[in-house]
Amino acid sequence: MHLNSIKHIRRRQLISASIRGIVLFFTVLTLLPLVYILIYIIKQGIGAINWSFFVQLPRPVGEAGGGIANALVGSVLIVCVATLMAVPIGISSALYLSEHPQGRLANVIRFCVEVLTGIPSIVVGIVAYDWLVKPMGSFSAFSGSVALAIMMLPIMIRSAEETLKRFPTHLREASLALGVPYYKTIMKVLLPCSLSGVLSGIILSVARIVGETAPLLFTAFGNPYLSFHIFHPMHSLPLLIYNYAISPYDSWHQLAWGAALVLLCWILLLNILTRMIIRKWSVRY
Amino acid sequence: MERPILEVKHFHAWFGTHEVVKNVNLTLHRNEVVAVMGPSGCGKTTFLRCINRMHELTPEARTEGQILLEGEDIYRMSPIMLRLRVGMVFQRPNPFPHMTIYENVLAGYLLNNIKLSRSDKDAIVEDALRKAALWEEVKNNLKKKGTFLSGGQQQRLCIARAIAMKPDLLLLDEPTSALDPISTAGIEELLQELKKNYTLIIVTHNMQQAARVSDETAFFYMGELVEFAPTRQLFTAPKDQRTQNYITGRFS
Ligand SMILES: Nc1ncnc2c1ncn2[C@@H]1O[C@H](COP(=O)(O)OP(=O)(O)OP(=O)(O)O)[C@@H](O)[C@H]1O
Ligand SMILES: [Mg+2]
Repeated sequence: MHLNSIKHIRRRQLISASIRGIVLFFTVLTLLPLVYILIYIIKQGIGAINWSFFVQLPRPVGEAGGGIANALVGSVLIVCVATLMAVPIGISSALYLSEHPQGRLANVIRFCVEVLTGIPSIVVGIVAYDWLVKPMGSFSAFSGSVALAIMMLPIMIRSAEETLKRFPTHLREASLALGVPYYKTIMKVLLPCSLSGVLSGIILSVARIVGETAPLLFTAFGNPYLSFHIFHPMHSLPLLIYNYAISPYDSWHQLAWGAALVLLCWILLLNILTRMIIRKWSVRY
Repeated sequence: MERPILEVKHFHAWFGTHEVVKNVNLTLHRNEVVAVMGPSGCGKTTFLRCINRMHELTPEARTEGQILLEGEDIYRMSPIMLRLRVGMVFQRPNPFPHMTIYENVLAGYLLNNIKLSRSDKDAIVEDALRKAALWEEVKNNLKKKGTFLSGGQQQRLCIARAIAMKPDLLLLDEPTSALDPISTAGIEELLQELKKNYTLIIVTHNMQQAARVSDETAFFYMGELVEFAPTRQLFTAPKDQRTQNYITGRFS
């Protein structure tokens, strides 16, 4: 072969190798802090985890032990109520967007979703305070759920729309040609076929807000006791972490680390669940 | 003489301002098989989709004239009722991916919330799959998803799904064009069988296929129904020059 072209290839291989090196370097650079944070939380938090950590209430300062039962129950309740509120609105908006992509209302919805994505969570909290806490006269888990539901909407709508949009015309026609009315085609063909994508969008949006603190500060507010009443103040994991982390007591710091670990595991589980759903239930067209 | 199952009178169809079907007149009797032929883009699919009112699902679509199903104007019926009576098989096999083979055959009932007893369901599934010549191949795998089947099997599943509704009329739009020769031969054999019980309209580009399966052939050219005659006559002694040109392969 011509000497010149061999040199040329060598040069290209060199460039290729160095670019690969750079990419690898930055990948490791991004992963490092992530891994470090994970290890650190596990290391700090694991000591706090035991049975009473999950089932007991926080003890007053000075007393050892105690747990985060109130925050755990509170978080689960607040997130469930938020999901129940967000899902019907989110999925119907996504349906509308995918069915009438060009409509005027579709543009309005898209615009709202974009704006909503950019609103800082603390502002959503303040809005919920203004809408609900003030008129109702008390902090409540419900108002916290509303704030979280608003934060869930953009992610849910986007991912559901993406999935629903991919639904092929030939299947829609297959259903209509069997004499199936439009709305039944939506409910019994379109939605079931898109189930895995829609569900994983819902779960991802839950994972996104499980750890939100700011929207809960002036809504759910927090509560040192166990409460199941969604119109009363309620504790939650992020609030607990926030309160205990800025406290001066070592035992509270310990609880906060434990709670952080629980939160981390929760989010991790949600992500794993999403992957399982996608693998199990996704439909190939 | 018995009342015709389908009468098409002065029928036109448009996409926007583009007239795709022009003044079609045609009469079809029970248990007849009509092949619809013509060059690509001449409006065969559009015509077929007018008969079960799928055409109107396209925005800007418009029609004029009459189509009577057993004497009843289809544009005065609810499209839902019409489509329950007029089945359709598409060019591309389209079984429902979220349903098993068993559910796919029953899809017309399940999706319309028509309640059936377990034994009725089993009977309908077996009967439809037998008629679609698929029963022997899938009888042990009824709980598998319909999309696991081969293309030809999927198409037969779609035919089973359509005939499970016991339609008065079955429309098939190039049902074998996406299939290999062996599956095609299978489907053609099946059409011969179906002739005994059903009235069929088949769009096809394949003249041998038309000659083999149909009693009558309709030749479309640029949206017009140029010639509609018994198949043998149309192939051996076409009246119109354009039909003559087409069957002798002078244009595709
Ligand atoms: N959805 C649509 N919107 C606008 N025009 C369309 C649409 N579908 C088809 N047409 C037009 O209508 C005409 C007839 O199309 P049609 O699909 O009925 O032809 P065809 O005879 O079935 O052709 P082929 O043999 O290729 O399937 C074509 O000129 C096509 O461009
Ligand atoms: Mg066509």
